Formats: sequence, structure tokens, C-alpha cells
Amino acid sequence: MSDSYGRPVSVPGASAHVPVLRLGDVLLVTLQGDLYDSVAQQLQEDIGATIATSGVTGVVIDISGMEVVDSYLGRVLAEIAAQSSLLAARTVVAGMRPAVAITLVELGLTLPGLRTALNAEAAMDLLARTGSGSRFRRSSAEHP
Amino acid sequence: MPTSAGVEACLPIGSDLDLVWVRQHVRQAAARLGFGLVEQTKLVTAASELARNTLVHGGGGRMDSAQVTRGRAVGLRLAFSDDGPGIADLELALKDGYTSGGGLGMGLGGARRLVHEFSLESTVGVGTTVTVVSWASAPPRLREEF
Ligand SMILES: Nc1ncnc2c1ncn2[C@@H]1O[C@H](COP(=O)(O)OP(=O)(O)O)[C@@H](O)[C@H]1O
Ligand SMILES: [Mg+2]
Repeated sequence: MSDSYGRPVSVPGASAHVPVLRLGDVLLVTLQGDLYDSVAQQLQEDIGATIATSGVTGVVIDISGMEVVDSYLGRVLAEIAAQSSLLAARTVVAGMRPAVAITLVELGLTLPGLRTALNAEAAMDLLARTGSGSRFRRSSAEHP
Repeated sequence: MPTSAGVEACLPIGSDLDLVWVRQHVRQAAARLGFGLVEQTKLVTAASELARNTLVHGGGGRMDSAQVTRGRAVGLRLAFSDDGPGIADLELALKDGYTSGGGLGMGLGGARRLVHEFSLESTVGVGTTVTVVSWASAPPRLREEF
């Protein structure tokens, strides 16, 4: 299939689909390559729906495969975190490339509400350590 | 030596799919001209912001890309133009956090910080053109004019 400029309709390196994997109480979302705005938007809705139905308590968004994060995607990440928080789940953005971090600061997008980790494994550890692993376990630990 | 092959282009901006093409073209052109990874990332991010403005606020348009040289310096010039509503107050539009609706308001001001040279021309009712230049090596003396 091609568009009116004779280009293929799907761009090589662009993702039309984002894998979302459930690992226990955590959703692992892996962003890779380049994202259409509409895919990022859809992802936000999907994650909200998945949290609500599955009751996961943590979301890890692995962006180590993203070469560019602009203000649109930055906002989507911040909104996913805010929306997850309302649904009693915590979000950690993992694996931001150094060049992306430098660029985001210069762009003026420091995303203060966003929790981050150096990689997906560290993000899972962070969620487990800070009690996101189970709301019930944490509350029973608070009242021994 | 960098060549202009794969650098000169005119890309349409009419959908979010086109934004992906713009980012890929700018990435490849910048790499071809010898931009380092951080400079490539900054320029692609600026291009993504400006192309989205062309699409969302300008109602669509195009990006023209060309190699520029000044002395021994090699750079990439990108011009984003549309025949949209134009911008009445340029200073306000460039202000961090200002959006006429829906955005974060960081695109225009942020893009200006991410490139070496930036010019914004707009006429209400006629359209908007934003032209940026970044240099592959240290920018030459004249930073604000081109
Ligand atoms: N090409 C354009 N045509 C018309 N208006 C524009 C254009 N680009 C930017 N603007 C105006 O400048 C404002 C600021 O742009 P920007 O900083 O990118 O923020 P955002 O896109 O998030 O609103 C926009 O909200 C819009 O009003
Ligand atoms: Mg914008």
C-alpha cells in the first residue's frame, strides 16, 4: 500500500503497535522506534483500561528504544503517570537515553512528576521496594 | 566529506504519519552531514515540534531541507511553512507555556533553544514559516542571522 506521494503507508522504523506485558502486579510497556501521535494517544487509553480491569499496581514504561521524545510524547508520559496514579498504580519511566535527557532539559520539559529509573530492571526493583508490589501487603506491614 | 545527497528534500506535512517521515529524514540528513548524536537528537526534536505546529496550528504544509555552508562549517537548514491562520503575537507564541489550546506550549520556544539559528515569519491570514539552522561542528560566528 502507498499514499499519494508513492510512499509506503507504514514507515520503516515506526511503531503502529506497542507491546504491553503483564508481569505480576506490574505492566511493562516497551516503546521503540518512532511513534505516531495517534498510537501514543491510544496507548494512554489502553494502559488506563488495563489498570482498571487487571488491578496492577505499577506501570513501567521502557523508553530505552526511543531516539526522540518531544513535548507531545513527554506530555503523554506525564498523563499516563497522572492517570495511573488516580487508578492506584505508580508509573516509572525507564531507560531514557542521555541524548534524550539533555534535549528534554533544553526543550524545557523536565517532567517533575515523573519517576524514572536507569533501566527496566531498576524500575521493577523500585516498584517492588516501595511497596507497589501489593497494596495489601503494604497495608498489613503498616499495621503488624 | 559530507554530500548533499539525501539532504535536499521537500516533505509534505499533512498527517501524524508525515511527522514520522520528517523525523526520519532530519535524523538521516544530520547524520550524513556529520552531526554528533546529541546535536542530531536536538535537531530532530526541534523538527518534530515545528512540524507538529505546521500540522496542528497551520493546518498542514511542508518542510524544506537543505545543506548550508559557511566557511568550513556545514549545517542543515529546515524550513517549515504553511498557509494557515498565521500568528498574531509572535512574542507571546514563543513564550514558554503559552498555547492557544491543547498543547504544552513548549514547542516554539523549546525548538528555538535546541537549534543554532531560528527565524519565525508569520502573517495573519496568510501563513507561517519557521526556519532553523544547526551546524554540524561548532557554530560559526554569526549565530542569529543567516
Ligand atoms: N504554524 C503555526 N501557525 C499558527 N499558529 C502557530 C503555529 N505554530 C505555533 N503557533 C501558535 O503558537 C503557539 C505556541 O506554539 P508551541 O510553543 O508549539 O505550543 P503548542 O503547540 O503546545 O500550543 C500555539 O499554541 C499556536 O497558537
Ligand atoms: Mg507545538
